[in-house]
Amino acid sequence: MSEKVLMKGNEAMAEAAIMAGCKHYFGYPITPQTEAAAYMAKRMPKLDGGVFLQAESEIAAINMVIGVASTGKRVMTSSSSPGIALKSEGLSYLAGCDLPALVINVQRGGPGLGSIQPSQSDYFHATRGAGHGDFHMIILAPASVQEMVDLTFKGFDLGDKYRMTTMILADGTMGQMMEPVSLDMGEVKEYDKSWALTGTKGERKPNIVNSLFMLPADLEKYNFERYEKYKLIEENEVMYDEYMMDDAEICIVAFGVAARVSQNAIDEARKQGIKVGMIRPITLWPFPKKVLNSAADKVKAFVSVELNMGQMIEDVELATRCKKPVLLCNRAGGVIPTTEDVMSKIIEANEIGGAN
Amino acid sequence: MAKQILIAGFGGQGVLFSGKFLAYEGLLEDKEVSWLPSYGPEMRGGTANCSIIISDTKIGSPIVNNPDILIAMNAPSLEKYEDATNAGGVIISDNSLIEKKVAREDVEAYYIPATKLASDENLPGLANMIMIGYMIKKTGIIPYENVEAAMKKVVSAKKQNLFDLNMKAVELGYNYAE
Repeated sequence: MSEKVLMKGNEAMAEAAIMAGCKHYFGYPITPQTEAAAYMAKRMPKLDGGVFLQAESEIAAINMVIGVASTGKRVMTSSSSPGIALKSEGLSYLAGCDLPALVINVQRGGPGLGSIQPSQSDYFHATRGAGHGDFHMIILAPASVQEMVDLTFKGFDLGDKYRMTTMILADGTMGQMMEPVSLDMGEVKEYDKSWALTGTKGERKPNIVNSLFMLPADLEKYNFERYEKYKLIEENEVMYDEYMMDDAEICIVAFGVAARVSQNAIDEARKQGIKVGMIRPITLWPFPKKVLNSAADKVKAFVSVELNMGQMIEDVELATRCKKPVLLCNRAGGVIPTTEDVMSKIIEANEIGGAN
Repeated sequence: MAKQILIAGFGGQGVLFSGKFLAYEGLLEDKEVSWLPSYGPEMRGGTANCSIIISDTKIGSPIVNNPDILIAMNAPSLEKYEDATNAGGVIISDNSLIEKKVAREDVEAYYIPATKLASDENLPGLANMIMIGYMIKKTGIIPYENVEAAMKKVVSAKKQNLFDLNMKAVELGYNYAE
């Protein structure tokens, strides 16, 4: 195993992208993800064929991503909440063209220009409404700097495998903090890119990458096909982590930094004899519905811990079919819940759930 | 066991750098470590701070709200974090910048005129590392033998002069006698 180094999440993620064979980065600076772009500006020109381009806007950057993606090359952009909102149209076009790309959102408080502090308030945007039309992106939620690395690497693979956009939904904490990471990523896998626009050289029929269909029936067909693919992803690509769930009577559901804070609260609550555990979604889409639904048969209540006004809680309620109460523990606007915030919700859940 | 450390001061006092040094010290000891800077409006004037956790087990929240060790490099920082410090914890205060004494009786308080020492010893901008050296002596949180190895991780080999100055500052703090 390679020696561990201390890196900021933003920089570690950028290095992981390079190790995954990404040689094309387009972006526009915004706190708290700017280190990613700065890192790429330093590294890309040193790579054979590496391109770093600071576009004139986020919209320009995502359209450059579409251009490179259509040639089958690995490509990425990164931004933070307001900048990602600007990329929405492009995200929809990527989906409509079935193009793989990696998009990083190091979230900050919103709405509007909001704050520059950590947030998870783009959960709905990422999982529900990243742009117009029927589509999904694979949404990965890292909870450590190591996961910023691992999920970036994996994100490119998933994108290539399914020909779709993968988004890393991080937050300001994940981008800014330093933790020891191993950059031992293994081999870069090869994927079929026979659909890519690489020039026919007079030897094959032209490939077409397009999202415009004049006949509704044609467009409908592609939509149905795409959703068949989404079903496969929901069956095969769900990722989550469990913490102290074996005997848990209360189940916390949290991702990213909220999961890190929740871990402290669980340790604290366990000392007081409260049986609480956590299911941490790593894929937010596809959401870990099955494991949550099974947990609902065992625990007496859920607590959704989020840095927003309560967004993932809807997925928890859907996944568990409201079999058990789901409480919300939330802070918003760039404020991170404290261990005490989570503790008090655990205690509340323990009381309202009744005795087992 | 997890040690939660908070270093707080003005932007430009090297709060983040000294935190990074500590995190590397922990990493060299094969501990779990995390380092989280304040990057908000406070670093653009007012107090800047840095959360460092050094732990034997996997670290949960990287945010230090209640430090076991507080390194206060200016008066607003002591004001802001004295009450938050855990009982039985340690507060190290730069008494060349902070007139006020630590009022808490359930913490160990230590004083070092780090900024004055830095200027007397011609170590410009290195009050941060003087305080780190003093903190290592007073808490024993990390072995002094690792200082050089950790310093090599944070100061590039190409900057031998900076490396020497930083080492001298840590040493000065470590050997400081009230």
